[in-house]
Amino acid sequence: MQEIMLHLIVFSTFGLVCVAGAVNLLVQRHPINSALSLVVVMGSLAVEYLLLGAEFVAAVQVIVYAGAIMVLFVFVIMLLNAGEEERTKGSRVAMVFGIPGMLIGSVLVAWVLLEHSGTGNVATGALPGAPKVIGWLLFHDFLLPFEVTSVLVLIAIIGAVVLASHPGSAQQGLAQPDKRKR
Amino acid sequence: MSLGEFILVSVIKIVIALIVLLTAVAYTVWLERKVVGHIQNRWGPTRVGPFGLLQPLADGMKFIFKEDLIPPHVYKPLYIAAPMIALIFALTSISVIPIGNWITVFGIHTPLEITDVNIGLLIVLGVTSLGVYGVALAGWSSNSKYSLLGGLRASAQMVSYEISLGLSLVGVLIMAGSFNLREIVDAQSGTFWGFIPRWNIFQGQIVAFFIYLMAAYAETNRIPFDLPEAETELVAGYHTEYSAMKFAMFFMAEYANMITVACLATLLFLGGWHGPHRFGPPILQAILPIFWFVAKIFAFLFLYIWVRGTLPRFRYDQLMAFGWKFLLPLAIANLVITAFIVALRA
Amino acid sequence: MVPLSYYLVLSGILFACGVTGFLIKRNIITIFMSIELMLNGVNLSFVAFAAQWHALSGQVFVFFVMVVAAAEAAVGLAIIIAVYRTRETLNVDRVSLLKL
Repeated sequence: MQEIMLHLIVFSTFGLVCVAGAVNLLVQRHPINSALSLVVVMGSLAVEYLLLGAEFVAAVQVIVYAGAIMVLFVFVIMLLNAGEEERTKGSRVAMVFGIPGMLIGSVLVAWVLLEHSGTGNVATGALPGAPKVIGWLLFHDFLLPFEVTSVLVLIAIIGAVVLASHPGSAQQGLAQPDKRKR
Repeated sequence: MSLGEFILVSVIKIVIALIVLLTAVAYTVWLERKVVGHIQNRWGPTRVGPFGLLQPLADGMKFIFKEDLIPPHVYKPLYIAAPMIALIFALTSISVIPIGNWITVFGIHTPLEITDVNIGLLIVLGVTSLGVYGVALAGWSSNSKYSLLGGLRASAQMVSYEISLGLSLVGVLIMAGSFNLREIVDAQSGTFWGFIPRWNIFQGQIVAFFIYLMAAYAETNRIPFDLPEAETELVAGYHTEYSAMKFAMFFMAEYANMITVACLATLLFLGGWHGPHRFGPPILQAILPIFWFVAKIFAFLFLYIWVRGTLPRFRYDQLMAFGWKFLLPLAIANLVITAFIVALRA
Repeated sequence: MVPLSYYLVLSGILFACGVTGFLIKRNIITIFMSIELMLNGVNLSFVAFAAQWHALSGQVFVFFVMVVAAAEAAVGLAIIIAVYRTRETLNVDRVSLLKL
């Protein structure tokens, strides 16, 4: 009984932190605040994964998502010196109809899920996702998607390097004076 | 054990670990000043207490009494939060580091670490990845060109060397078969031919140890990789605009990171708390592993400080080229060869 | 013993916040972050169902979602940098015309 209450308490606490972070992302005007609230969301999601027993997924979520992808976002915000958002015309209609619509839609979906979904309870640590087992699956059953995603990442690296490099330096090559400090 | 007992034991362990870690950070600073001083043919701190042993106390009091200045145009919430973030994540990784076997105190059977998780190594790596935020946000929120450049360079360097750090550890993981730090240490117990200990560094992971060493120097922003915070280069890099207690927090975070890295190296490559044969009464046998562990960490930190006093620093482009073009392929090659040999043996 | 529907509701709320952010925000980096929020909500659904049906492939699929999100973030941020270089603005309403 104590364990059930503890599971519910931890789930609710970190669920509330997730939702608060997500709402904060919408409300904040400066992108750096949105980025940091997204990091908070990812951290509390990692705790939710731990509650479901997915320990390796939780660790990878922290290392890769919160610790690398969001650092990339923070870098870009710092480099481009993104300031606070300005109000432009196009968003009025979406605000007036969209936000209440989204709220009503979410409440409806939540009610249907809670009352009529027909799924049972999930225990704490229901499906222990040990790294060994997940590694086995990744390299045996899911080998083709694994190799394909590695090719995808390679393409993304090449694309990002080409897109973010200085325009014209690729074509002109030696002709352009190299202004980088040696 | 019941929930109440568990919480009580955990709180006691957390308090003890925090006190020990903060004292260790303070005395690592003292050790560095003495060792670097002797390398440079001078004494280091000698006046405050015998051998300058009370110098950290004097430094702490100085930091508390110094004026806590907040420059006018900084982005205040992040300016104040960034050193806290850096320090929090530097201190968190100690929670999964085991320093000895399971002991039984007052009838409670507990491991000598705050929690014993199956993915301990991944948690340390995750917390290290999150520590980049402290540096990046400090550099940006300080609203100064030296800070921004230093912060960007430092965080790019930390993110780049994290990969080599992680890959160098995978060889050890393949040999031990688990992410649990306690199991990795237990796989290194015993000896070869009676006197060479079965540490991972002697079991073929010597290249991985050197990759880990170099990646650790870069992760903790220490010489020879400390361009982002060198005084002759960028004033003080990302902590230029910080004074008093906030600067002290960055300082403590850097040394706490050093200690964490030293703990990991000891656990993964130097055999953890295993020492020469067991002797003495049971109470001594419970304490002796801690002694071996601390001795190995001390040796590793001495190596850290020795390198700091001896080598010049890399230029930034040399540093990044070294990380991506040399360390990363070497770490991958080490991983492939280790996996090959382990698969051949099995 | 938390009902599975609680996890699904949380996942749905995160996804809804992501969609709302995508539609109402004007800064392109924030729009990008709303996409990442949507992907995170979906990841939670995957892991919750994996726990319910004792199928580890749910957890493995989360890896693929993360890898795709990483690749997309890298390329997307490079595009944002390229757009910023020419248009000098990060507001999507100001890059709505092909001609500068």
